[in-house]
Amino acid sequence: MSASEAPGAEEAKAKGISPGQAMRRLVQGDLSSVRVVLGLVVIAIIFQVQEPRFLSAQNLTNLMLQITTIGLISVGVVYVLLLGEIDLSVGAVSGLSAAVMAVLSVSHGWNPYLAIAAAVLVGASIGFLQGSLFSRFAIPSFVVTLAGLLAWEGALLQVLGKTGSLNINDPVITGLANTFYSATVGWIFAAVTIGTYGAVLALGYRKRVAAGLAEGGQLALIVRFVLLAALVIGAVTILNSDRGVPLAVMILLGFVVGMEYIAKRTTFGRHVFAVGGNAEAARRAGIRVNRVRIAVFMISGSMAAIGGVMAASRLFAVNQNSGGNELLLLAIAGPVIAGTSLFGGRGSVWTALLGALVIGSISNGMDLLSLSSAVKLMVTGGVLLLAVLVDAVARQQRQTSGRV
Amino acid sequence: MSAAGTPLLELEGVSKRFGPVQALDRVDFAVSAGEVVGLVGDNGAGKSTMVKAIAGINTIDDGVIRFEGEEVSISSPQDATGLGIATVYQDLALCDNLDVVNNLFLGREEVAPGFGRASRQLDEVKMEHETADLLSNLAVTIPSLRSEVGTLSGGQRQQVAVARSLLGEPKVVLLDEPTAALGVPQTKQVLALIRRLRERDLGVVVISHNLVDVFEIADRVFVLRLGRSAGNFTASDTTEEQVIGAITGLGDRDKEAQPTEEKR
Ligand SMILES: Nc1ncnc2c1ncn2[C@@H]1O[C@H](COP(=O)(O)OP(=O)(O)O)[C@@H](O)[C@H]1O
Ligand SMILES: [Mg+2]
Repeated sequence: MSASEAPGAEEAKAKGISPGQAMRRLVQGDLSSVRVVLGLVVIAIIFQVQEPRFLSAQNLTNLMLQITTIGLISVGVVYVLLLGEIDLSVGAVSGLSAAVMAVLSVSHGWNPYLAIAAAVLVGASIGFLQGSLFSRFAIPSFVVTLAGLLAWEGALLQVLGKTGSLNINDPVITGLANTFYSATVGWIFAAVTIGTYGAVLALGYRKRVAAGLAEGGQLALIVRFVLLAALVIGAVTILNSDRGVPLAVMILLGFVVGMEYIAKRTTFGRHVFAVGGNAEAARRAGIRVNRVRIAVFMISGSMAAIGGVMAASRLFAVNQNSGGNELLLLAIAGPVIAGTSLFGGRGSVWTALLGALVIGSISNGMDLLSLSSAVKLMVTGGVLLLAVLVDAVARQQRQTSGRV
Repeated sequence: MSAAGTPLLELEGVSKRFGPVQALDRVDFAVSAGEVVGLVGDNGAGKSTMVKAIAGINTIDDGVIRFEGEEVSISSPQDATGLGIATVYQDLALCDNLDVVNNLFLGREEVAPGFGRASRQLDEVKMEHETADLLSNLAVTIPSLRSEVGTLSGGQRQQVAVARSLLGEPKVVLLDEPTAALGVPQTKQVLALIRRLRERDLGVVVISHNLVDVFEIADRVFVLRLGRSAGNFTASDTTEEQVIGAITGLGDRDKEAQPTEEKR
């Protein structure tokens, strides 16, 4: 339930500085996400000017549905990026896992929940295998997962058999991407989210005051709370005025919040950052580096499988293209565009959501304008390059100022 | 040996080979509580290798390590930490992307009560509190405990690394070149910090290239040359020239201490 860490706010709390300074540090500390939000605003303005349907409730709901698969896969990719590694197999793994689910559900009549669990198990096992190969034998993750990309795509074709496609009719599975909640449920969801966030902020603040660590910085907390509340209320209002809050969006948000919590608030998450920052230092601190690496690749494989299940649910089918095309590259590009470093040790799970929103909006807007895929791909490539450049320049500046 | 009773940490006939390089050759060494030993020698003499052997980074090929009189086997950093041996490496081994508090507690994070250690919530408040206490006890000033370690100056980073080593309440602290990259005022701060370690009755081993620094803080100077013990001097009645002679191997005739390997 915590927002991405704002070092500025922590500092403000720790040192009791003036509200004005606190605000400035808050903004500076969260600069990359501020940059991305500004980018989203610019994208929205550009498309809205040319196509008034862009910001309609219906299109925004579509946009949210379109980004769930990429967003879910990117949640796992963020963990791999935090290690400073890459997982090129996530697209193929999402396709293969979904195919396993489809075969078990359609051909073998498995219970849908068991079929979904089997898909996640496939993803986790592949992650375990690739993570072990990478960490035990020190084969670059790039190579291991590139081999995986080819092999799992082959496995997908194998699993699907001659017909090359399977239609899914189980209501539980298809319901994942096609369920919308009533306005009342939507508002309950909003109230619970805002209430929990407020409680988490307030409790954290009280604890710091009790420990004598906080003397100021209430303003920064209030700003964060108001921003989140406004965002949630706005989103639920828009979604309610169309088909309602989709289950798929709740699932995506649930994973983003849960995995962000694990990344930022647990020992495991801290160790992921440490290994990504300085693996040798982590090892000397007694962290079992290889275990962390394997666990991260298992998370990546599992999230890819979950994304694949969601994609199959939206499509009502699994076919030879599942998990293919540019899905892999977009799922990696998203978090990088939104500020997770390719060099490891810096980033947050929120960038999975923000990045998917950026990529999704561009793609959705260009679809509305009926631009060709040629243009779409070139524009998306340009945005990715820009984001990586920003990351690289930031890194160079850190190095020249003595930070590595 | 200068201190009475059994030394805290003792090496006897310790050897370590890297392929063709005999990095340590039957080295005998000891450090007692409340004693600072300066470990000196030319580049490649085996100083870092010796520290890493004690710290469990390199396992030794041959010889015996004793801690508080008991023979111990140190085959991992955890073994060393468990015994009460803390190490500050030459490269500091800090995570630049983490803040001061998180670096100090890396690998021994405080967590809220619950089940499953890896999934419990970090107790950031407690860690920050303890960090502030520890640093003020050591008279170390860092502008913000929540700034990334990568943004700190060399001296501050060194002091963070030393403070980090003290969190586990060690009995022996090993420091590899703690002043190598520092300017004069920062070196003074770090040397003062090392004196405070001695006041806490820790056994301290300091590797340094700078004999002026070594003579300023060390009670004893131990010389390695080409992986062998080449001298063991009491700092107060030794001159820099004698130590330099032992380091280079050119002053053998004037040397007071016997090279230890000749005893075997
Ligand atoms: N991990 C290693 N692999 C191979 N050779 C090493 C390794 N570590 C140290 N050495 C060699 O062992 C010798 C002693 O090195 P070291 O202990 O780092 O010296 P010092 O710290 O005294 O300068 C050198 O010849 C060095 O090249
Ligand atoms: Mg060395």
